Parts: sequence; C-alpha cells; structure tokens
Amino acid sequence: MTRVNTSKFSLIVLAVGVLVMAFAHWFNVDYLFFASYTILQFIVLATAWNILGGYCGYVNFGSAAFFAMGAYSSVFMHKFFEEALPVPLLIVIGGIVSGIVGLGMGYLTLRLRGSFFAIATLALSVVLATLVVNWDYVGGSRGAYIIRPETIEIAGVTINYIEYLFGLMLLLAMIALITARTVERSQLGFGFATIRDDEMAAEASGVPTLKLKLIATTMSGAFMGMAGAPFPYYIGYLQPQSAFGLEYAVNSIAMPMIGGTTSWIGPLVGAILLGSAQQYATVTISSAVNLLIVGLMLVAFVIIAPNGIVGLVQERLRAWRKP
Amino acid sequence: MTALLHVDNISKHFGGFVALDGVDLSVEPGERLGLIGPNGSGKSTLVNCICGTLQNESGSVRFEGQPMDGLAAHQRTHRGLSRSFQLPRPFHSMSLADNLRIPLLYTVHARKGPLRSAGDLDGRCHELLEMVGLANKSRQLPRDLTQVEMRKLELARAVAAEPKLLIADESMAGLSHSEIEDILALLVRLNERGITVILIEHIMSAVMSFSQRLAVLVSGKKIADGKPEDVVRNPEVVRAYLGQ
Repeated sequence: MTRVNTSKFSLIVLAVGVLVMAFAHWFNVDYLFFASYTILQFIVLATAWNILGGYCGYVNFGSAAFFAMGAYSSVFMHKFFEEALPVPLLIVIGGIVSGIVGLGMGYLTLRLRGSFFAIATLALSVVLATLVVNWDYVGGSRGAYIIRPETIEIAGVTINYIEYLFGLMLLLAMIALITARTVERSQLGFGFATIRDDEMAAEASGVPTLKLKLIATTMSGAFMGMAGAPFPYYIGYLQPQSAFGLEYAVNSIAMPMIGGTTSWIGPLVGAILLGSAQQYATVTISSAVNLLIVGLMLVAFVIIAPNGIVGLVQERLRAWRKP
Repeated sequence: MTALLHVDNISKHFGGFVALDGVDLSVEPGERLGLIGPNGSGKSTLVNCICGTLQNESGSVRFEGQPMDGLAAHQRTHRGLSRSFQLPRPFHSMSLADNLRIPLLYTVHARKGPLRSAGDLDGRCHELLEMVGLANKSRQLPRDLTQVEMRKLELARAVAAEPKLLIADESMAGLSHSEIEDILALLVRLNERGITVILIEHIMSAVMSFSQRLAVLVSGKKIADGKPEDVVRNPEVVRAYLGQ
C-alpha cells in the first residue's frame, strides 16, 4: 500500500471538497443543497461515532443526544443574543458543549463495557431529552423557531443561505475525515485499537486506557455537537422529537457498521450510501421508510459482510494477492 | 540492599472466597524466583495484585521502595513491572509487529521522552520478534499463530516494555520439551541482562532448573519460601501437592 501522509491527504480532501462545492454552485438547485447537507451531516456523525465505536469498540446509542446538544446550544445562543450569531462560531460552541457532555458521559460510564455502556448512553439521551422538553427558554416541547436569513454576504459576494450552510457542513465533514484519519494512524489510534482488542492487555502494555477513553468520548461528542449546531438554521424549526430523534442514533451506528468500522473510509462510504438511499426514498416513496431502509441494510450487512464494505474489499484483496 | 519488590501481608477476597490471605513476598534485584502452587492457590491473583490488574484489599506492594498501592496497571508498567498473561491476550486486530509496538510506544517512549524514529521502532520490533523466533511472521495477525507461538508473542510483548521485573505467568504450558528449553534459555538470557524474573509454572523440571529461590502458595497462603531443593522436600509442600 502506498503511504499518503497527513498533509498530502488533507490536500486531496481539500481538492475533492472544492470540486464538490464548485459543482454544487454551478448546478445551483436548492434541493441539491438540502439533500447533500443531510448526507454531509451524516458523514460527520458517522465519523464521530466511529472514533468511539469503531476505534475503541464502545457502542454509543446516544448520538442523538450529542447532536441535539449542539443544536440546542445554537438555539440558546440565538435566544440569548436575540440575533443570529455567525454559524461557524455556533459550530465551535456546539462542539465545546457536546465535548463537555461527552467527557461527563465518559466519567460516568468508565466501568461499563459492552451492552451496559450502550444502555447507559441511551439513558443519557433520554435524560437530556427530558431536560430539554421541560426547559421553556429553548422552546420546551413546543419547539423553537429560528428564522434564517435568505442570503448572506461573504467578502462582498451575496450567496444563498442554504448554499452557505452546505459549504460549512462540507468543510466540517472534511475536517472530521482528516481528524479521524490522523488519529487512526497516530499513537493515539494505536492506543484506541488496544482498548477495542483487549483492555487488560492494553493496561499491561502501559496504555492509559482510562485517559484514552475520555479523549475518545470527548472527541466523538464534540464532532456530533458540531454537526448539530447549524441544524436549527437548516431546519428552521427545532423540536425535541426531531433533535433527539431515533434516526440520528440509528444512522450514526448503521453507517459505520455498513461501511466498516476500522478505518475512516468506512463511515464515509456508509454515510454516502445510506444517506443517498434515504434521500432517494424520501422523494420517491416516503420519508417514513427511511428507518426501514437502514434496518434492512444493517441486517443484510451483518449477515453478508460483518466487517462492512471496507472489510469485504480488504478480504477480497487479501484472497486475490494470495494465489 | 533493598528488595526490588516487596509484597507485605496482602489479602484479596472474591465475595466469601479468600483468594489471598496475608501473603508476604520479597524479591531481590537480579533474582530468579519460581512461584508454584496447585490450581486455584492464588498465584495469578497475586500477580494481578502486584501488577495492578486487581487492587488488594489490605497490605501493600512496594517496588524499588516506592508504594504502588492505588496505582493503575499501566502506571506500574511504566515503573518497570511487566507481566505476561496465563492465557495469551494478543491485540487480535494488529500484526505481530504492531502488537510489540504498543509497549514500545506507550511505555518505553513514555519513560525516555523523545520518540525513537519510525525506523528505530521497526528495528526494535523486529529484534524482539527475532528473539522469540517469530521474525518471519511479523506482518501476520495473531489468529494465524499456533498456541505455542501465541505464548512467545505474549512473552515478547512483556519484554518489549523493557521491565526491571518480569512476571511470566505459565508461559510454558502446553509446550514441547525443546520449546520449554528455548523459553527457559530466553528467560535466563533476560535475567543475565539484569531483568529480575518471577516464573510461575507447573512444569517442575523447568521451575527447578530456572529458579534460584522457590515460593509456594497454597489456598492463598505462602507455605514455603527458600532454596528449591529444600522447598520441594518440605513436608507441607509435599502434602499440598500429593495429598496425604
């Protein structure tokens, strides 16, 4: 395998990002921006989930909570300052809030493994949803309206707001992928993998498993929060049921599982595949079949390719190399 | 000269079961100690308490005169205590070379500061694999190994952490006579380089030829400690092993 270092990889990602942006700008159809935004958002969510779930082997069922924390921190800021703050700033704030929630979750669930950890994260999600439902300031169960501007002016150029959000999410997806790949190949990534393989042996080899787990929960939570921060502006109306929706928790797990959890490519492939399938189904059949599609694909992949698409390809390659 | 490892009166219970009951043990720097005892006598529990995998309920463990109580396992590894597991626990998603890279990255590097270059790391991994005769399999995964090779990998990973004290927990079970000789020779070589070794083993011929001193655990208590020839003649030890 040829080795591509991080700066080269970043340049490749940047080039692809610019191409995608240029194409979308040239095509200039609002629906394309809307649909692609969702797919990009899932790329970030799936990549974030994979840092904890794929690299460390800790299955997080509470992705929706981190996503919602990011979204609701934007709503809070919007109400508090009574004006629309720049979305990049909100993304940073959402990341910090969800990162802190992730760190807290890490501390609370340190001793839990396997299904117990998964249940604890699900419980965290329910607790946070209940808090938000009963918090009037951010709209409570009624939800909150965020009126987004029609256009935005950047460096003297007026662009469509949805294109702006699309661009930001594209940038965020690029950052998430570069981060995930860098982590994967670093000492940190090796440490994460030892936690996934055997925590006791990891400790015996000198890996500070507790510290690494906290880094993973914080990083993973922060990226999910960043994915959620622009969401109120995208959707225009945020309510707890949509922000804490099962859709986010299930998709964040299914996408890396289908793509393959051991490498950064997996969540990317899974998110593009599942995200596009869902967008297609939403337009042609009904948005209600989205979760059905995810469920069926997950079952199919667990049976056919337990290591995801990436795992399947790797196995084929290995078999092909060995005559 | 102070002892390298000093275990003072440690006890460990699992529910109502007393796994360790006031065990004392002292190991001098450079020593080769054999630790024996029937199945379920608490040998592995003692190792787990020394290495921090389990925390003892009473008593204390001192290493190089420093108290180790309350320290996590990885902190004890950083200080120079390394162990192999009775049942090999390789990192199954990593190649053999990467398995050894972990202690190099996380322990040796943490101790000495600046990271060795990538080339140095690869070289050291290769050296360690060569030492246990697995150099030609460095890119394979642990699942491709036989049980014997797995034990060698387990030992190599413990050695990779460059310990002052190495605890080998039944690293010879199931091995053939010549393989046992290989591993014994390896442990002696390590000992000659200044690494203190505690060998836990059921194979008496191996223990007798290796150990300078022998300690015997029975039902969580240390019943004998001394020269190997004397210990195996001790009536209490004979009774524990052969029954009355």
